[in-house]
Amino acid sequence: MSANLKKTPFYDNHVKHGGKIIEFGDWLLPVQFKGIIEEHNFVRSSCGLFDVSHMGEFLVEGREALRFVDNLVTNDVARQSVNQVIYTPMCRENGTVVDDLLVYKYSDTKIFLVVNAANIDKDFKWCQEVCQKLKADVKLQNLSEKYAQLAIQGPKAESILQKLTKTDLSKIKFYWFTEGEVDGIPCIISRTGYTGEDGFEVYYDPARGTEMFEKILAAGGSDIMPIGLGARDTLRFESKLMLYGHELDDETTPIEATIAWTVKLNKPSFLGKAVLQEQKDNGTKKILVGMEMIDKGVPRAHYEVFDKGKKIGYVTTGTQSPFFKKCLALAFVPPSFSTVGTELEIKIREKFLKAKVVNLPFYKREKK
Amino acid sequence: MSNYPEDLRYTEQHEWVRVEGKSAYVGVTDHAQHELGDIVYVELPSVNQMIEVSEKICVVESVKTVSDVYSPVSGKVITINIDLEDNPEIVNEDAYGEGWMVEIEMTNPEEVQSLMTAAEYKNFIEEAAS
Repeated sequence: MSANLKKTPFYDNHVKHGGKIIEFGDWLLPVQFKGIIEEHNFVRSSCGLFDVSHMGEFLVEGREALRFVDNLVTNDVARQSVNQVIYTPMCRENGTVVDDLLVYKYSDTKIFLVVNAANIDKDFKWCQEVCQKLKADVKLQNLSEKYAQLAIQGPKAESILQKLTKTDLSKIKFYWFTEGEVDGIPCIISRTGYTGEDGFEVYYDPARGTEMFEKILAAGGSDIMPIGLGARDTLRFESKLMLYGHELDDETTPIEATIAWTVKLNKPSFLGKAVLQEQKDNGTKKILVGMEMIDKGVPRAHYEVFDKGKKIGYVTTGTQSPFFKKCLALAFVPPSFSTVGTELEIKIREKFLKAKVVNLPFYKREKK
Repeated sequence: MSNYPEDLRYTEQHEWVRVEGKSAYVGVTDHAQHELGDIVYVELPSVNQMIEVSEKICVVESVKTVSDVYSPVSGKVITINIDLEDNPEIVNEDAYGEGWMVEIEMTNPEEVQSLMTAAEYKNFIEEAAS
C-alpha cells in the first residue's frame, strides 16, 4: 500500500471490529465489516455507526460570510435559519457542479461547510478564488484535519445516541444542528445523514480520542453495528442521494441531476444562476432517471444506455439493491426518454438487456 | 479463515477444480468468495460450449464488484449449476460444494497436473497476504 495514504482517527477501531480495509481515494477505510447486504439492511431496520472523518470541513467567518456563501452555493443561505443545515451544490458560472456540500449556519458571520473528502483541495482553492473575485471580507479556513466525524444512522439512532448526551435529541429537527456534548466531549450534533434514514452526525476534536466509537457501539448493544463504505454507497443510492463523481461531476448541473430544489433562482446572484435559470426554463439535454432491470443483469456505473440500438445515455450508479433485491440504476438519458415505464436497454458485457424507467427515489423511509 | 480442501486443484485466479473421471467441476475458492463479499449474480456459459484453458467461463458479481472466472481446463461445458441463477449467494455459503459453477468434459486432463495443490494454494494466499 502506498505510504501517503491517510488513516482516520478510527482506523484501529475498524481493524479491531473486523473491517476489511480498502484504499478509498487518499484514505484507508473499511469497505465492509459483516457484509454489505447485512449492514445495509441493519441500518434500514435498526442502526449503523459510520466513520466519516474523511469528509472536509471549512469555516467561513467575518462580516461578509453570508454574502460570500450565498454567492458560492445555489441554495438560499440568507433564508436559512440559524442552527439549520442545508444541502446544496456549488456551481461554476456554466452551471456545472464543483461539489455538493452541507451548510451549517451559526450566524450571518459564521458559517461551517462540510465537503466531500475527494474534493477538499479542489473546493478550498475554488472557495479562495471566489472569495477574491467577490472581494469578500471573510476569513476562510480549511479545518478538515481538526474534526473527527461519526454518523449514527437508522430508526434507532436517536434512542442510542441519547444515552450518551444530555442534549435532548428529540428537539433537533431533521437537518438542524446544535452544539452539545457526547460522552462528555464537546461536539456539533446534527440530525443529518447519507442513508435515507433518520440519524445524526457528530463532529468533534480528534485530540479527544477515539473512545466515542466504542462508547456508541456499547450504548447500542445488539441494536447497532459498524458499517463500511460499501453499505454507505448502497444506502445513499437507494435513497437517490448524490455521489460526487457519479451523479454529479464537473460536466453536470443540479438541474440535470434533478435536484432543482437546491437551486434558489429567486436569490439576487450566485455562481451559475444564468445557466441554471435557462435550463430550468428550457430544459436540459440529459436528466437523471431511475431504472430497473427487466432482463437479468447487474447495471454498473459507466454502462451505456440504449434505445432500440442507439446509444442515448449512461449509468451513474447501479447494483443489486440490498433492500429490494432488484437490480437498479441511476442513469442520465435525454428528457424524452425519462417517462416512467419507458423501456430501454443497458449494455452489459456486449448484451443489450432490457430495463425500464421507474420512479425515484427507489427507497423512502416512512415518516413517524 | 479460508479453507483449502485437499482433493481439489487451484489456480492463481482463485478457481478450483474437482476431477471426477473425465469431468472437471469448477468453481471459485472460499478465499475468492470472501474477497468478493455478498455475491448477487453469476453469469454461466452455455451448455455444449467449447472452452480453452484460461478462457473466461463465468462472471461473478458482488454488490460492489464484477469479477471474471477463467477455466482451469480445456473441454466442453456439459452441465451448468443453474441453481446459482436464482440463488447466487450459494457461492458465499458453500464455495466448494453447492457453489460449483460448471462441469467440463476435459479434452486434455493433463492440464490439471499444472494446477496448484491445496498446500501450494494455501502458500500462495498466505504469501500474497504478507
